[in-house]
Amino acid sequence: MNADDQNRLKKLLQQSLTPVPDEAEPGRDLWPAMLRRMDAKPAMPPWFDWALLAGLVGLAGFFPAAIPVFLYYL
Amino acid sequence: MDEDGRMQNETGGVLNAFRQGDVDAFEALFHQHQGAVYGWVLRIVRNAGAAEDLTVETFWRIHRAHARFDPARGFEGWARRIATRAALDWLRSRRVEDAMTMELSADPASPALADAAVTAEIRQKTALAFARLPPKLRIAAVLAVIEEQPHKDVAEALGISATAVKLRVFRALRLLRKDLERQGIRP
Repeated sequence: MNADDQNRLKKLLQQSLTPVPDEAEPGRDLWPAMLRRMDAKPAMPPWFDWALLAGLVGLAGFFPAAIPVFLYYL
Repeated sequence: MDEDGRMQNETGGVLNAFRQGDVDAFEALFHQHQGAVYGWVLRIVRNAGAAEDLTVETFWRIHRAHARFDPARGFEGWARRIATRAALDWLRSRRVEDAMTMELSADPASPALADAAVTAEIRQKTALAFARLPPKLRIAAVLAVIEEQPHKDVAEALGISATAVKLRVFRALRLLRKDLERQGIRP
């Protein structure tokens, strides 16, 4: 792809997607949403994630040879 | 002390207080920079609602990372880098069909875009083909080509070199051309 091809594609892209105006501002003050986010409790992982982790730890304990195989497929 | 020097000291004081975890300083920085962060994210995701959510997400990440902030390197570039990462995560989580809402697609009736050879259908197909590009390439192309941001700024936001930005733009354009050619469009 030469420089002319690139310039044609760039022009086509600029005609297909409008640039965002420099003065773009959010439609509302986002600070209240920020405060809600800061006050929210951190999400706890669901119970089955812990169960899966316990299962993997158990499996690694009983079959240590499976650890490299497991790591390979990660 | 002159006005500029006093303002610099005040800004430096806010940045140092933020680094210590001061919430008032964080609020001051939020109000000072939320517009710029929103505008930057909007350029990438091209969806006003998502850009608002991602602005909050960006400042949430900034708030959590306050201890790692280096006041000597400035706040704006650091915030922009975190915003770019948040926007990239958002783009990756979207299905290709939803990847880009058309709200910021070009208005075919716009006189500034009047080019008889490029029909509205071609523009729409181009926008959709662009939305199918891998997010990493799309971000580089949208910022460097459509938004015409300096390569240096794009490189800083993406955490890569200016040469890598040029390479990503080149790869994006090559993939875009292939996609359009498959649809019978020869750009």
